[in-house]
This record gives sequence, C-alpha cells and structure tokens, in this order.
Amino acid sequence: MKVDIVNLTKKFGGIIAVDSINLDIKDGEFVAFLGPSGCGKTTTLLMIAGIYKPTDGDILFDGKRVNNFPPKDRDIGMVFQSYALYPHMSVFQNLTYPLLIKKRPREEMKKEAQRVADMMGIGHLLKRRPGQLSGGQQQRVALGRALIKKPRLLLFDEPLSNLDARLRISMRGEIKKLQKDLGITSIYVTHDQIEALTMADRIAVIKDGVLQAYTDPEDLHDRPKTLFIAEFIGNPPMNLFDVEIKSEAGRVYANLGNGARLAIPESRKLKKLVEGKVKMGIRPQDIHAGSEDGISTEIALVEPMGRDDLIVSKVGNAEVHFLVDPIMKLRMGDRIKLRFDMEKSQFFDIKTELSLLWD
Amino acid sequence: MTEKTTGGGGKYDWFWFLLPALILVVIFFFLPIIITFFISGTNMSTATGFQNWKWIGLKNYQRISSHPETLEHLWLTVKYVAFTLVFFNLGMSLVIALLTTHISRGVGFLFRAVWLLPRITPVVVYVMMWRFIAADAPYGILNQIIIKPLGLKTANWLPMAPFLFIVLVNGFIGASFGMILFSSAIESIPKDLMMASLVDGSSYLQRIRYLIIPHLRWPLLFVTTFQTLSLMTSFEQILVLTDGAYNTEVWALWAYHKALSTYSGNLQWGFGTALAAILVTIGIVMAVIYMRYFKFEELVQEPKIETQ
Repeated sequence: MKVDIVNLTKKFGGIIAVDSINLDIKDGEFVAFLGPSGCGKTTTLLMIAGIYKPTDGDILFDGKRVNNFPPKDRDIGMVFQSYALYPHMSVFQNLTYPLLIKKRPREEMKKEAQRVADMMGIGHLLKRRPGQLSGGQQQRVALGRALIKKPRLLLFDEPLSNLDARLRISMRGEIKKLQKDLGITSIYVTHDQIEALTMADRIAVIKDGVLQAYTDPEDLHDRPKTLFIAEFIGNPPMNLFDVEIKSEAGRVYANLGNGARLAIPESRKLKKLVEGKVKMGIRPQDIHAGSEDGISTEIALVEPMGRDDLIVSKVGNAEVHFLVDPIMKLRMGDRIKLRFDMEKSQFFDIKTELSLLWD
Repeated sequence: MTEKTTGGGGKYDWFWFLLPALILVVIFFFLPIIITFFISGTNMSTATGFQNWKWIGLKNYQRISSHPETLEHLWLTVKYVAFTLVFFNLGMSLVIALLTTHISRGVGFLFRAVWLLPRITPVVVYVMMWRFIAADAPYGILNQIIIKPLGLKTANWLPMAPFLFIVLVNGFIGASFGMILFSSAIESIPKDLMMASLVDGSSYLQRIRYLIIPHLRWPLLFVTTFQTLSLMTSFEQILVLTDGAYNTEVWALWAYHKALSTYSGNLQWGFGTALAAILVTIGIVMAVIYMRYFKFEELVQEPKIETQ
C-alpha cells in the first residue's frame, strides 16, 4: 500500500510535536523514522495508526484520505517496544486476537495461528502466557499478532529497544527479511541510527517535529544535508570543528588554527564560496594515521574497540577522533602524522547549520 | 548465603511483627463477636438489667426461627443487598469508571469527584436531601421539578417506592467505592496495550470486553465480596430515611431496633444480639465462600524478597 503524508501537524496544547511533515512511502517500501527521543517520530506513527488525530494535514492510504478512520478500519499491524501482549491471554489467543475481533471461524484462527507461529518460530509456545516467555519470544509473538490479519501496512515502534544486543542484531535481519518476503509496506520508528541504516530503504530523519531529510541510507551517510544529520548518523560520530576558509594562490584551504591547514579538493567545492568561519566535518574512518607526510599530532587518548582503536588527538584547535589498526599499538603521548581524506569532508554554515555542499 | 547480617533472627520473630495488628483484631473484632454470641445465649434486657439475667441457651434462636417477621426481613435483606450490589456498587461504579476514563482526564476527574460527594456528606444531611427529593407536594424536588411540569399526579414518593429509595440512597454512596478502584485499575493498564487492542481491530466496546474487564477481575471480585458484606450489615441510611417503615426493615436494622431502640422501651439485648450473631455467621460463611470461589489465595503472591 502507498502512504502519503501531507503537511501533517500535531499540536498538544501549545506544543508543536509534529510540524507539517511531508512524506511519500511507496508500496512495499521499508521506511524508518529516525530521530532522538521526543522528536515527534512516534507521534507521527500514532497518527498513521489512527490513535492520534492530526491537528492539520492529511494521511492518505493509496490516495484515500484516512484522517478520520478509526484504527480498526485502517488495516494495519503494529509492533510496540513493550511488546504489548495481552497478559491474560495465551500466545495462541494473543496471535488470534485480531481474528477473534473480526469474528472469524475457529478453524481459520487455528490454521492462521499455526501459519504465523511457524513463520516466527514460536509454534511450540502457543499454550504459554506472555509472562512465561523471554523478551525475544514475546517480540516474535507481537510480530506474529501484527502479521496474522495480513495488514497492508506494518508499523514498528522501536520494537528492538528492549532486547539485548545480540538478539537485536539477529531480529534486525529477520524483520528485514520478513518484510521483503511479504512485501508489506512498513514504517519503522527508531532512535538507533544503525537499525535505520541497516534495515530501511529510505530514512526520514526528524528533529523537533521537523523533517530534516528523507532519503536512502547511503545518501544520508555520505551527503548529510544538515549539521544535525551529520552529527546523528554514523558510528563513531563524525568529527566536527570550526575552520576558517581561505583562498590562496588559486587553492582553497580550511585552517584549523595553530598553523594547521587542509586543502579542499575540487570535488568539495563549496556551493557559495564563503571566506570565513564554517563547520567542517570528517568521519573518523576518513582520517588515516601513519603516513609519511601529513599533520603531526600527539595522541591524547586510545580507546580500544576491538576491531579498531579509536584515537583522540588535537589538530590545530580541534579535537579529532580517528580509527587505527590495533596492530599499530599506538599509546598515549606517541606522535604520529595524520592524512585527512578531504574527498570525504563535509562543510556546514555555522548559522543555518545547512550543508554548503548538498541541497 | 545464609549469613546473618544483623542480630539473631529467632524462630518466633514473626510473633512480634504480628502483635500490634493482633491486638487490634482481638480487641475490636474477636472480643465483640464472642461477647455478641455470649449475650445471645441470655435473656438480658432492660427488664433484667445486668444483674438478673439468666442463661436460656438457644431459646433466642428458636424465637427467631419461629418469628413471623423473620422470613420477611431475610428476603428484604437479600433483595436489598443484591439490587444495590448489582446495579450500583458494581454496575453503576463500573459504568462511571469506564466513562470517566474514556473522556479527557480533567473532566473525568471532576466527574468522579462529584460522585464522591454522597460519601463525604454526613449521613443525616445526605439522607435529609433524599427526603427533600421525595417529599410530598407542594414540597419535594421530584414533584416540583419533574412531576408537576409534566402535568402528572404529585405524590409522597417515599411510601410509594420505599424499596427503590433505600437502594438508591445506598447505591449512590456505594458506587463511588468501586468507581475509585475500577478507574485506577483501568488507568493502570499500560498505554501500549490499550493502543495495541485498537490497532488489532477492536472497537472501544470490544476493547472493554476483551481487555479492560479481564484486567478488572480482581477489583471486581474484591468489590463484590467487600460490598456484599458491608451492605448486609449497613442500616444507618435506612434508619434515618424510613426508620424501617414501609417494609424497609432489613435484618441489621431489625437487630438494632430489638437491641437498642424499641417503642416499649424494653431493650431486648439478648434477642437483638442473637439477630446480630446470625448476621455475623452469614457474613463469615459468605466471606469464606467468596474467598474459596474467587481463589483469593492467588492474589497473595510469594514475596519476591528472599528470606534467608
């Protein structure tokens, strides 16, 4: 099912929780709403579910305005962070609740419960109560309950946040595969950028109720349109520091202070050539240590992260984080030379926080 | 680990923890019951005084069983308890709780606060208001506001429908008890569950049936048990409203009249306490049945704190 969100706005009293968001979701697409807590992503989801009424704007399912449809008429399935299983019902009763409500025959309920339970790998748990299940099993039941009525739209509200790290990674893959196999249009709310990047076809980044960007994961990662996206996306987070742009002999440089400067390549030519202060961003993996030439620096801190060591040091006035191979055995106080891969650098206007590279 | 961290935990420590509650229960519950049963075996009355009474064994109980009014009072009590319980203490309170939790919080709170008024009004004042409502023409709120404008025949409504009035008077107080328990239980249902049932396709009515009512199981059982017992022994509203006139003498009121307030002035303490003793016995039996039938022991969970 195609979903269109047009100027969607929600106010609680005087507070604007969602500020005229526009989105289109294609049939079968997996879209993530990504943003910090309190940014309005769950409010948006609950408006799509029909729990909240929009203050303004429209929600269209396949072109049909559903603003005033109660949740039961929207043909949706939803998975909650808390699983929201009915504690007084068995797994079977939980799974078949949507069918019970529709007054489906008992035979069909049994058949469908078996089908969904097998799909989710919980066939042996049908007689148990939610309280007798582990978190992962509960999440599977919740997912099964959302799927049993074959909804046209699946909504996920941070479904993996209560699971432990390992389970989260495996469920991530399972949900993505399930969604692709079934081809059900899905909206997935999360504050975890890794979940959004790994699972979604497109990501809507929301901050303070305003849509910051709506694009695919790669674009979001490589071409952040705002400072917020640059800070929020990527792990470890992008280095951001104030630089001064200066042209000299036909080349453009970013001065980091204390004499350190970086040449900006043609490919990163700023939209508006600003002479003066801008925010420069570069990801830790795009700063390379141990080269012959480059900017010399002293290591202030080493954080072993397993596959890499995260190193903190000072370049000019800026504190930079970068990744090195642990085999280098760098220690605090060591001096090394850094080469910045400026082809991957980002620049933002300090005032507007908008990218100076991408529209 | 069974290492002791503080002092010595003796085998009979529990006794000292129980003692304060035990003293209260013994003095204010067990002793009165024993005294009641004791007096019910005597002919004690104003005439005999505290000196000249005699043991008469079960004679008082024999008198009750052959008393011409016994069945009448018993049947009235059963009807009164059943109607008040079902229509008000459970029915009305559930309806109020459901209504006030499905509208905005502020309005719901206000509405419930209004329903508490009968409970916090002194009984005499409260019942006087009901008497004003039912009073004969040209007075009476009912007559002036509803009956007369509609052109119907005015009347003194209390004698016309005495049973209805004793149920109403008690029901309007009793409803607030369940209302508080039910509405707080409804509000304690996790928000996600309430949303999930809507998304799963329930209408609001279906949500009440499949999610809210099952969630209210324990409060419902508790209110049923508690209110049955308290209605059986309550009589003060009826005492002030009709004083037992127009066939409104429930068992508890009958006991009160016999033991503490008779027209002749001869207070039959022995006979009255025998009536009360029967009520206490029925109450205890009912309580045991309720607790067994509703499996109250399931309510009491093993403590999560580990003892050594």
